[in-house]
Amino acid sequence: MSSEAHSSAEYIKHHLQNLTFGQHADGSWGLAHSVQEAKEMGFFAINLDTMGFSILLGAVFLFLFHGVAKSAKAGVPSGMQNFVEWVVEFIDGAVRGSFTARNNMVAPLALTIFVWIFLMNLMDLLPIDWIPGLATMLGLPYMKVVATTDPNATFGMSLAVFFLVLYYSIKMKGVGGFVGELTLQPFGKWGLPANLLLEGVNLIAKPVSLALRLFGNMYAGEMIFILIALMFSGGAVLALTGGVLQWAWAVFHILIITLQAFIFMTLTIVYMDMAHQEHH
Amino acid sequence: MNINMTLIGQSITFALFVWFCMRFVWPPIVAALETRRKEIADGLAAADRGRHELELASKRSVESLQNAKQRASEIIALAEKRAAEVIEQSKQEAKVEGERQLALAQAEIQQEVHRAREQLREQVAGLVVAGAEKILRREVDAKAHSALLEEIKSGI
Repeated sequence: MSSEAHSSAEYIKHHLQNLTFGQHADGSWGLAHSVQEAKEMGFFAINLDTMGFSILLGAVFLFLFHGVAKSAKAGVPSGMQNFVEWVVEFIDGAVRGSFTARNNMVAPLALTIFVWIFLMNLMDLLPIDWIPGLATMLGLPYMKVVATTDPNATFGMSLAVFFLVLYYSIKMKGVGGFVGELTLQPFGKWGLPANLLLEGVNLIAKPVSLALRLFGNMYAGEMIFILIALMFSGGAVLALTGGVLQWAWAVFHILIITLQAFIFMTLTIVYMDMAHQEHH
Repeated sequence: MNINMTLIGQSITFALFVWFCMRFVWPPIVAALETRRKEIADGLAAADRGRHELELASKRSVESLQNAKQRASEIIALAEKRAAEVIEQSKQEAKVEGERQLALAQAEIQQEVHRAREQLREQVAGLVVAGAEKILRREVDAKAHSALLEEIKSGI
């Protein structure tokens, strides 16, 4: 019993560890072969699986959409063009709905966020042992398929969005205007420390909540898939139940992955809109 | 689950994807959509214009048909009137001509009568003279008695 619990813990841990490349404690470079080793590599290491899958999926997205964009004609659209146009119009509608300033960057930003996150989340629906199993056969110690269950990926995106928000805040309002917004409201100039504290938290909360919401949802979803997968090794009845549960959770997860991509995109649009808004 | 360089790598990847999307993906698709929107709008406007023109044309054709009918009936009426006039006129002319012919004939008859009477008078005068000669058994000197003869002649 103890050994079984141990192997379950191993299984879960194995599924939650990224394929990390970095410098070992002894100074040599290579892949981390245990959770401990990955931890010891510190900041100067890279999660090859996160980078690989996110770049692959981003490339798939850009390849498909760019292919359509190159041959986009005003005439009767083909099937693929129709689909891409449908997505583009959906994003365009969302941007028009919540973004009031003029900035040619926001709509492509929203499109990239939505489709890219959606594709990365979509990997969650693959049976969780397929690709890691393949990787084990190839001799790779770990393989995490869903890039959005890696906080590096979600924080990477949310920090990029955060820098855009800072950049456009300063660009639209000037340094004085931006600092004024942080310090002079809501309590006027005599409540400056309180203002700074409130507005500072407000500002920092944007990227943190953006990243953590996506990460949390995807991580929890992945975790449930892992726990369901554990049932497969518990006898026929349990395995059958697991199968049904996995199917049900996957169906429900279709909603979650779309919703999370949409929320990330919408909040990005809203934050960009706030960065462009001047209120005095 | 460790925060490491992946964070920065993901940020850069993300920025590159956004840039690519902004540069090569979004504008052509939106442009195509906009062009199609405009084409459809133009087509609808053209169809509207066509329908309007058709309405106008059919109205115009009805109008011109009515016009033509009216004109035709006017022409017919005019022609009938003209025909009546012509008939009337020729009647008049015929009447006048007839009267003229009648007058001419009457004048001729009158002349003829006159001439006949004149002739008759001559002959009667001749007869009278011849009778008088027979009665007198001598010649009447026509010259000497011409005045008398003339007087007799006109007395007949």
